[in-house]
Amino acid sequence: MNLADSTPAMNTLLGSEADSQRTLYPYVTGTSVVGIKYKDGILLAADMGGSYGSTLRYKTVERLKPVGKHSIIGASGEISDFQEIMRYLDELILYDNMWDDGNSLGPKEVHNYLTRMMYNRRNKFNPLWNSLVLGGVKNGQKYLGTVSMIGVHYEDNHVATGFGNHLARPILRDEWHENLTFEEGVKLLEKCMRVLLYRDRSAVNKLQIAKITEAGVTISQPYSLKTFWDFSAFKNPTVGAEGSW
Amino acid sequence: MVAGGAAIPSGVCDGSGEAGVCDDRPEIEDPRDFGMCEQASSELSLHQKKIFKVDDHIGVAIAGLTADGRVLSRYMRNECINHSYTYESSLPVGRLVVQLADKSQVCTQRSWKRPYGVGLLVGGLDESGPHLYYNCPSGNYFEYQAFAIGSRSQAAKTYLERKFEGFMDAQEDLIKDALFALRETLQGEKLTSSICTMAVVGVGEPFHILDEEAVQALIDEFQIEEPPTDEATASDESSGAESGPADQGTAADQGATPMDI
Repeated sequence: MNLADSTPAMNTLLGSEADSQRTLYPYVTGTSVVGIKYKDGILLAADMGGSYGSTLRYKTVERLKPVGKHSIIGASGEISDFQEIMRYLDELILYDNMWDDGNSLGPKEVHNYLTRMMYNRRNKFNPLWNSLVLGGVKNGQKYLGTVSMIGVHYEDNHVATGFGNHLARPILRDEWHENLTFEEGVKLLEKCMRVLLYRDRSAVNKLQIAKITEAGVTISQPYSLKTFWDFSAFKNPTVGAEGSW
Repeated sequence: MVAGGAAIPSGVCDGSGEAGVCDDRPEIEDPRDFGMCEQASSELSLHQKKIFKVDDHIGVAIAGLTADGRVLSRYMRNECINHSYTYESSLPVGRLVVQLADKSQVCTQRSWKRPYGVGLLVGGLDESGPHLYYNCPSGNYFEYQAFAIGSRSQAAKTYLERKFEGFMDAQEDLIKDALFALRETLQGEKLTSSICTMAVVGVGEPFHILDEEAVQALIDEFQIEEPPTDEATASDESSGAESGPADQGTAADQGATPMDI
């Protein structure tokens, strides 16, 4: 703990009075979320792991949730902050429905609302420690965007958080194209999730895929991917560099 | 204000009139136009501004205490811009109108306040199409296809009642209809662009007020300077007028007559 930051002056500069009142580090975290646009809408994939540091502590964490009629959200990072975000979003949708006037918040609006929320928290040095993927369809328009814990936001045809950016996006850049069918989209996402399962230490082999189209939201039941560990490259991994450290 | 293919001229108690035109062009992906006309009070004075752009997709015309109107316009602009900032999209007209109405209602239930002395014609475009609303000081609001407010607005409403059903189809003529309707409120005076303000909003066409030459060109094109010779009612230019629009009628809604305080 940096003593210079404990002085009253510095504390007010750094946000809340006591450090216990602001997010310093995450505790229970989710790993990558991957999202793609396809012919009829958006597909999101995320595993169901909640890690406690390096321990794979919780294995039935739902990291994909519907938001209103037109959107779905996927979150990585601190799970408790995601639950807080869901409270804010559920309240937002509630008030939107209470207008009862035929207008409704679409994915673009929700994405922007999240961006404002994340950025404002970051400015107060009390971030919501999440990277979010927000996708949806409204009036035939598909929308897929992402927001980070510091408020960086953008839209694209395919997005990912965390390790997904490094492992999944390159696959998607090569293999994504407009008008993927649902089956093609799921196959592509499973390919990405499999790579993440092999290479990301916080990944668990239990995932969900969420689909949103003009008709509505469907989130699949959890299932596992088939894996193959008998690649010859995996055998004798320390050949040529014996010894451990 | 004209919405959905209707024109609404309105007159203000102090001698100003407002008219709006809405144009429906289905071949261009359902764009809508709104226009508002305004008439200045006397030759010596410049126009008092009675039409305000609230956002790219919403405009408002006021009738009554213009100072109260400006305050409410500022509130509406603020609400629109806050919504745009938070949600990166336009505030639906219906929601703005309800917020405005709820604000007006508060002033009717607190003993230390007074109602906003102004009627507003709010016209705008959102996802569900063009809309035209009339907001009263009481906090009531009504949606119209065509409407007129202010003194001598009944003449304009009569014109609109005859014509409004054809508005959806006769797109090009909507501005013309608005000007004609406005002319009805003049009671014999010649319609020129010096006493008239026109504003339009449509799909792909943000709310904007037409400049004087453009309005005069439209008047000339439609040859509508000559006033009609019928029903000459003695029209006093009641300047320094009372608050609120003089009379309202429903051009389109049968059986629902909005009451003003």
